[in-house]
Order: sequence, then C-alpha cells, then structure tokens
Amino acid sequence: MGLALLVVIWLITFISTYFFIAKTWWLPHGAAAAARWIDGQFTLTYILMGIVFVTAQVALGYLVWKYRDRPGAEPVRYTHGNTKLEVIWTVLTAVLFVGLNLMGSSVWASERFEPAKPGSVPVEVTGMQFAWYFRYPGADGKFGATNPKLIDPSSGNESAIGLDTSDPAGKDDVVTGTMYLPLGREVDLRLRAIDVIHSFFVPAMRFKQDAVPGLEIHMHFTPTEIGEYEIACAELCGLGHYKMHGMVHVVSQEDFDKWLAQREAEKQ
Amino acid sequence: MASSATVHAHAAPQGFIRKYIFSLDHKVIGLQYYFLALAAVFVGMFLSLLMRIHLIWPTAVLPLVGEIKPETYLQLLTMHGTIMVFFVLTTAPQSGFGNYFLPIQIGAPDMAFPVLNMLSFWTTFVAFVVMIAAFFATGGAPLHGWTGYAPLSALQSAGPGEQLGADLWITSIAIFCIASLMGALNFITTILDMRAKGMMLMRMPLTCWAWFITAILGLLAFGVLLSAGILLLLDRNLGTSFYVPLVVVNGQVMGHKGGSPLLWQHLFWFFGHPEVYIAILPGMGVASQLLSTFSRKPIFGYRAMVYAIMGIGVLGFMVWGHHMFMSGMSPYSAFAFSIMTMAIGVPSAIKTFNWLGTLLHAKIRLQSPMLFAIGFVSLFVSGGLSGPFLAQPVLDIPLHDTYFVVGHFHLIMGVAAIFGIFGATYYWFPKMFGHMMNETLAKWHFWLTFVGTYAIFMPMHYLGMAGHPRRYSQLTEVAYLHRLIPVQTFMTYAAFVTIGAQFIFVVNLFWSMFKGPKAADNPWEATTLEWTTATPPPHDNFGGHTPVVNHGPYEYNVPGAAKDFIMQTDPAGVTAH
Repeated sequence: MGLALLVVIWLITFISTYFFIAKTWWLPHGAAAAARWIDGQFTLTYILMGIVFVTAQVALGYLVWKYRDRPGAEPVRYTHGNTKLEVIWTVLTAVLFVGLNLMGSSVWASERFEPAKPGSVPVEVTGMQFAWYFRYPGADGKFGATNPKLIDPSSGNESAIGLDTSDPAGKDDVVTGTMYLPLGREVDLRLRAIDVIHSFFVPAMRFKQDAVPGLEIHMHFTPTEIGEYEIACAELCGLGHYKMHGMVHVVSQEDFDKWLAQREAEKQ
Repeated sequence: MASSATVHAHAAPQGFIRKYIFSLDHKVIGLQYYFLALAAVFVGMFLSLLMRIHLIWPTAVLPLVGEIKPETYLQLLTMHGTIMVFFVLTTAPQSGFGNYFLPIQIGAPDMAFPVLNMLSFWTTFVAFVVMIAAFFATGGAPLHGWTGYAPLSALQSAGPGEQLGADLWITSIAIFCIASLMGALNFITTILDMRAKGMMLMRMPLTCWAWFITAILGLLAFGVLLSAGILLLLDRNLGTSFYVPLVVVNGQVMGHKGGSPLLWQHLFWFFGHPEVYIAILPGMGVASQLLSTFSRKPIFGYRAMVYAIMGIGVLGFMVWGHHMFMSGMSPYSAFAFSIMTMAIGVPSAIKTFNWLGTLLHAKIRLQSPMLFAIGFVSLFVSGGLSGPFLAQPVLDIPLHDTYFVVGHFHLIMGVAAIFGIFGATYYWFPKMFGHMMNETLAKWHFWLTFVGTYAIFMPMHYLGMAGHPRRYSQLTEVAYLHRLIPVQTFMTYAAFVTIGAQFIFVVNLFWSMFKGPKAADNPWEATTLEWTTATPPPHDNFGGHTPVVNHGPYEYNVPGAAKDFIMQTDPAGVTAH
C-alpha cells in the first residue's frame, strides 16, 4: 500500500508537470508590449511553484512509503517538533512569497498605475448583452455624448450605444462591431457597460478588464504584431455569455487610417 | 468548568420525535447535518455531471432532464456552486462533525445551547428546502453564478431564472446565514466555557482548534453576507439602488440610479474569502488528527499548527480584494491585497511542512482514514500552489475568470475539503454507528477518487493558461477554444468514473451502518476523549462522569510508556506532557 501511494503520487506529479514543461497548453502567443513582462513573471512563478510542487509531492510519496508500518520497521522517533526548523521554513516561505509578489508588483504598477501616454489611440469599448461595440472619436478627438434613453440594441452600432446625434462632438464618432487598431501605438481604452458587468478579455493582448455599469474605466495596451485576435467575455453576463465574442484587427497605421476614413465616409 | 457543564446537562429524551427529529442532543444534530450534507452533495454532484455532459454533447437530449440549453447550463452551475459551498463544505465539516465531536473531544456533555443548536439545524434545513425550491420556480433557478454579481443578480429582466428563482436563491442564503450565526455562537461558547478539567486550550485536539477558529470566521463573515443579501433583495423587489446604477437592459431603461456593482463584490467577498477557510480549516484539523494518529507519532509542531490556524483566520479577512483585481477597483489597493494574499501562503506552508514532519520517522498505518489524510495533504499542496499565481494581480490579467481559477479552488476548497470529510467519516464512523466500515470498499473508493479528482481538476489549469474562460456553456463560438475540447472531453470521462466511485462510498456507509462488524471503543488506538467513552457514546457522552484530562492530544510512542499511545485521560505521571 505504501509503495502504491508512492507510485500514484509520483505519477500524478510527473504527468502534471510534464504537460507544463512541454507547454502542450500554454499562454497563447502574446502580441502586445506587456506580454514579455507578464509572461516573464508567469514563467518565474511557474518555475518556483513547480519546484515546490514536485519537491513536496515527491517527499510526501517517499515518506509514506519509507515509514510505513511493517515488520522490522525502525522505532518511532518521539518528538513534538523543532522550533528552529519552524522558524527557518516560515522565514524561507515568507521571503519566497513576498519576494515573488514584489517582483510581480512592479509589472502591475507599470501596466496599471499610469494612464495612457499622450498621443495614444482613443477607443471606447461598450459591453452589452451580448455584444461588444467600439467607438472612435473621429477627427475632433472627442467622444460625443450618449444617452441611455436613445439606446436601441436592435439597430446596432451608433444606436446600440445610444449616441446622441444632436451633440456636435458625436457627429464624426465611428461605432463598429469589430475593433481595429494601428500597430505599435498605445491604445487608450475607455470601458463601459450598459446593462450588467462584462469583461473585455483579449488573451493575445494580455489584456483583461471588467466593464462595469456606472463606471468609466481607462486602461491601455500596445499591440505589437499585425494580425486578428479574438475577444472573449470573461465575466458571466447572462445566457449568451459564451457567444459574446469579438475580433481585434491589428493593422498598419496606413491601413488603420484608410479603414477609419472609409467608416467616416459610410456615415455621411 | 465542571460546574457549568452540569448546568447544561439535560435528561435523555423519550419518544422518536424528540430523540431523532427535534433532538437537543449534539450527536443527533451532528448526524442530521451530516445527512443533510450527504443529500446536498449528491444533488450538487448530479448537477456537475449534467454540466460535464452538456459541455461535450451540447445537443444531447437526456432522459428526465431533456435538452440542456445554454441558460440551463448557467442555472446548473449556479446551483452546483451554491449547494456545494453552503450545504456541503460549510455544513458537513463544521456543523456535522463539529457538532458531534467537539463537545466529546473537550469532555463536555453537550453544546452550550442545545435549543439554539436544534434551531440552527432546522433553520439550515429550511434554507436547503428554499434553495431546492428555486429549481421549480417559474423561469427556473437563477443563472448569475454562486457569486451572484450585481446587476445581473439584481435585475429581474437580466435573464431566465432571475425572477422568483433568484429571490428564492438569495432568501435561502440569508436563512443559511442566520443558521450559521447561531451555530458559530454555540461553538465559540462551548469551547470557551465547557472544557473538562485539565483540557487547557493548548491540550485541545487540532480539530477543536480548527472548529473554534472556523466558528469565529463564521460569526464575522455570515453577518456581512446576510446584510448584503437583504440589500440585494431590496434592490430586486423594492426598487432601491444599492448595487445598481442607471442601466439599460434589452433597450429598457431600468428604474435604478447611482448604485455600485462593486459594493456587492466587496461585501460578498468579505464573506466569500473567509468562507474558503471555513470550508478548509476543519479539514486541516482532521488531517492533523489523522496524520498523527495513524503515524503513531505526536503531531509535528503542535503550537506552530495552532498559530498557523490563527494566522490563516486573521489574514483570511484581509485578502478579499484579490477576487477583484480585474473589477475596476483601484490598482493601488490590488497591491495591498496581493501582499496579504501571499502572506497567507506562509501559515499554509507551515502546516504542510508540519504534516510532512509528522510522517518523518513515523510508523504509518495505511488504513482508510489515513489514505484520505495523505490525499488531503497532496491535494492541499497541488491546490495551494496555484494560489501564488492568482494572488499576483499581474497574472490575473491572463488567468482571472478562466478555468485556472476553477481548477485552483476545486482542488483546494472542493476536493481537499471533501477528502477531509471522507477521512473524518472513515475515522469516526465506528464511534458514531458502533460498526466498522468495509476496508476493501474504502480503499477502492480512495484510489478511484484520488486519481479521478486529479484527472478532472488538474487539466483545468492547462485550459486556464490557454485562456479558456469559465462559465461558458458552449465552446463553439470562440475559435481558440476548439483545440481545447479534447481536454474537456477527457475531464468529462474522468468525472463519470469519479462520480461512479462515490456510490462505493454510499453503499459502504449504509451497509456498514447495519451490517459492519461491531466496533470496539477505540479501534484506531487513538488518544482523544471520544475514544475513552462507549461506542456509540451515551446521551451525556461520558455516562455520568466528567473526564479529567492529564495529557496533550497526540501522545504516541512516548518513551518509557507501556503502550504506543497515552490517552488524554490516562493518569498523570505516566510520563511528561
């Protein structure tokens, strides 16, 4: 029985670890500036926790086998513990956990403490059951007013977010169901939700932030690779949560300008 | 203390109803809680099975159940989580085993307030009935998840099940809170006031320490959830706006204004995080008790274990914000919550080290309770080590609300806590029912459950890393999920096997209750007070006398002693301690 436990615990440990090391399933390919830092911190955490995981499980399996009750077993060593050992492992784990945390915190601070830099691309993201809408402020750089009373989800785009057409600032606002972003420029996101909480999750951009009704949340990220990336909703928002899906198209600045101009033209 | 104990003694009841239904006897009440949790766990497990089937065969039409629609899936998920957290993980380890064994382990004839005890069980029972009623409400059970985030949970028009079903759901939770508050008061008073002579706090078994700290957590946490739940009911039915700002649902402007969705999250998690420890601390206590008993060796670092339980209890109230790193809460407060969360890893690590230290140079008897205790340690390590990932806000960017979180909390507060319950069941069954359980069936149950739960929940971490959001009823809409479907299929098959294995347990439980071989008073050669009394214990626990405690709880293989264990009531002077 002791041997069986050793084998099973070790097997579970090694098989689990194999899939982590082989990266059979891993973080998706990162296509944003933050990916490097976030993935670095993830890998560091994973290596340290992996070492602790394997050590603890291997030790558990070994001890259970080695000290099983059997004829001719060594006598039990009577002890109530060892204060010195307690202090050592308390300090060691405290240093490990708090140290790891501080390293991660510097990444967090650089992502979330500062607002987007001047010259970034403003995009408003609006979540509603069960769609994402994206708004670009147009040439004036200003988002026009919205009015909850004007919201009509069935008509889509401008009406879906309740754009107030009487506001001059809103005249040139472009609202779309697909997000377009220029390569290499920081995006200044403004996140809103009109009904319940949604979460704007773009795995490839290493970006996730809840969109909360009543709040206007500003966040930023910088796409670094041209491509099409999926958006998933990461906060349970109702029966269609699973299909609240969208796309981010990261294109060259030139293509982005062209796309935006075309949308403006369609509006007129 | 002995005098206060006599005050609380009450005569043995006559008649079936006073003896088994409206009983004041903590042992009967403990069993009532246990069987309530057993019924609840089978409901919860059945719901999870339906979810697993739906994920793999979304269009399957099941006998009795019919077709599972996307909203049905969310309703199953909500009820699975709520039933498991409240009516299983809070009910069995604390209210079930705690009620039965806490008074006996400290040498008391009953709980401090027997009537309150009866009342708290029946209140819990009502809560369970109301919860189950939500299934049958018009529109069905709510779909807002066990966390019930507002405004989804606060608006009747936000989805199917958000009408009467959601009202019943929150009412049930509120009733449960009241029951838990009564239970917590009773536990705390009993421990402080009713210990037998010589049962100093530092001589209490670690199970009692765990029940004690858990009761304090319950007292502080359930009051907050109760208030939060009442406010939610008001928002839902009386047009208040605690949690709901101006929102537009399906093109309709709702009548709310100025509420804060984050307020619900703060209040919910102020309860919700301590709740994790309410579920797992009693399991830690049981694991410590079993590891020492079956290792035939004192628990390594008893004092450190007590301080670690206290440390977890204190820190447990300072970490709720780590559930909210992506919520729009200030990024600066994430910093503080993150540090506190990492700090709570330290007492958890201390406990793990001490469990391993207990096994070192021991003489381990690999009987079924011990297998589950070893399984507990393994699962606690596996489930615990994903914690430091999620404790870092920056790693929550990819991992929050993915299957990584689901794998994490299922391993640690789900499966590890359940292993604590199984270990406790196999260990205390002889005392509770006077019969032994079948050891062969118990071992089959252990192996299948141990391997099976790992096979279900370990792959969830891989899914989470790959960005698989949780609470998705269909995997067809998001393209990057397609390649993960084989992993989901594997987990569903693992769930079939693991759930099947639980029937081995149930058969063993009920068969042994009547047909198992007669149990001796102390079949495991253990040291704590419950093993000094008759099997099953008499109405007043110790048959008219009050035990006097002379030893610590885990005196095994004391040098110079005649046997390899010294019971807590053995005469002093056998050896030191």
